[in-house]
Amino acid sequence: MKQVIFKIASNLPLTETVYRMELVGDSEGITCGQFVNIKIDGLFLRRPISVYDVSTDSLTIVYKVVGQGTEKLCEMKKGDELDILTCLGNGYSLDFEGENALLIGGGVGVPPLYYLAKQLLKKGKKVSAILGFNTKAEVFGEEDFKALGVDVTVTTADGSYGIKGFVTDALPEYDYYYFTCGPEPMLKAVYKNAKGDGQFSFEERMGCGFGACMGCSHKTVKGYKRVCKDGPVFKKEEILWED
Amino acid sequence: MGRLNVSLCGIEIDNPVIPSSGTFGYGYEYAELYDINVLGTFSFKGTTKDSRFGNPTPRIAECYSGMINAVGLQNPGVDAVISEELPKLKTCFDKKVMANIGGFSVDEYVYTAQKLDECEQVGWLEVNISCPNVHGGGMSFGTSPSAAAEVTSKVKAATKKPLIIKLSPNVTDIVSIAKACEDAGADGISMINTMLGMRIDLRKKKPIIANKMGGFSGPAIFPVALRMVYQVYEAVKIPIIGMGGISNAEDVIEMMLAGATAVQVGTANLIDPLACKNIIDDLEKTMDKYGIKNIKDVIGGAHNG
Repeated sequence: MKQVIFKIASNLPLTETVYRMELVGDSEGITCGQFVNIKIDGLFLRRPISVYDVSTDSLTIVYKVVGQGTEKLCEMKKGDELDILTCLGNGYSLDFEGENALLIGGGVGVPPLYYLAKQLLKKGKKVSAILGFNTKAEVFGEEDFKALGVDVTVTTADGSYGIKGFVTDALPEYDYYYFTCGPEPMLKAVYKNAKGDGQFSFEERMGCGFGACMGCSHKTVKGYKRVCKDGPVFKKEEILWED
Repeated sequence: MGRLNVSLCGIEIDNPVIPSSGTFGYGYEYAELYDINVLGTFSFKGTTKDSRFGNPTPRIAECYSGMINAVGLQNPGVDAVISEELPKLKTCFDKKVMANIGGFSVDEYVYTAQKLDECEQVGWLEVNISCPNVHGGGMSFGTSPSAAAEVTSKVKAATKKPLIIKLSPNVTDIVSIAKACEDAGADGISMINTMLGMRIDLRKKKPIIANKMGGFSGPAIFPVALRMVYQVYEAVKIPIIGMGGISNAEDVIEMMLAGATAVQVGTANLIDPLACKNIIDDLEKTMDKYGIKNIKDVIGGAHNG
């Protein structure tokens, strides 16, 4: 964990409710699948947001405006500063058997898969992605993934773009190891329908975001785990669905 | 002896700033960021006889100038704390730690206290009779003077270490409970635990917290905590550890003027993990600003004249 002051380089909408913010500051040490926790003026708790992309001196987040915190965040301008805790959580592990990596993202679960895709490609893996959205107007990230050389399939629940249906309707026949992030019903469907093994990134309401308050705990096969510190990424064999 | 030293139930501490239980884990998360030996001590995560998951999630809700938690004493159980957490803590903390104990019966409190009494790393026992997030125990011991006295006297008989009782603000008369604890042998009082509160999600039209209610903490409760410390100081002779929304060095001095011998800082750690270190760093120059030579001189200062 590090506490860093970042300066906003840009903060632009990708869709009606999803924004991409580029921040300049010390990003060293952030690994794929980790998140950052952002202090926002006027709000008491920090806001945990997943990391979209990283270089040594910059950080990109892609976030959806869903409440008070992200409403304030989307109004921030170039040059504004943010107090951010970085290097939080236990992200995706790049070690797996086989050549094919499949990234499965739903809505705001898409962002943490981008930096992961970069790392997997660097390791020489073949990377494909299924990105699921409700409707065409909500689609983002497709071009970014394609530009990396990722084979991208988009699904929309209403069929207005790409394959009609959910991410699980686009699962391929070939053997793959998967990495997923999205709303819990989607994660459950992936758990049930995807072949083989994978890693899942979870979301939970957090207090601190660095393992101190135990606000975000989940029960797992391997005991009680904090989503913020032991997660947010858990391997398939660790997961225990509670209902 | 530095300007910041205070004596807490017979043990000298380098400064009066103590991270409070439930906001500091077992210490090592913060040791990643700073040398936690700068602290007076800290109170570790509330520990019970058996391992507990606590309440279902969501367990956290935001408020104006504060937050609500309903964690419900998640901890690995006293045996795992002694065999795993304390050895890990030893690698980053040389001082005596305050052992926070939760329970669901007098026997459980006594069992856990006896086990922790044998740990050389433990300086004080802080018995939580005020957790608002567990049923059939916790706060129910802290809302009646006779039940509070019973826990106090039984645990006191089971330990040689200074015994601090952590009180709930969710009572009609906190003074009578503090006095009952003192009469039953408590060596100190810590106060206040969180205030029972709730939030409702406007979109879902349901409580945000799965357990519906939880403990409200943060700067919003500081005036309530301060008032209660002031009242209890007038009624008891044993030291008080004041807590409730303390976020900066000025809050520390204000709480000590009300009667606290030391303070605990809780929620502030969750927002700014460097909060305690920053408060300690700021304390001497804040004392200078108000013409205070030694911090111990301000204890109860607001009661004079």
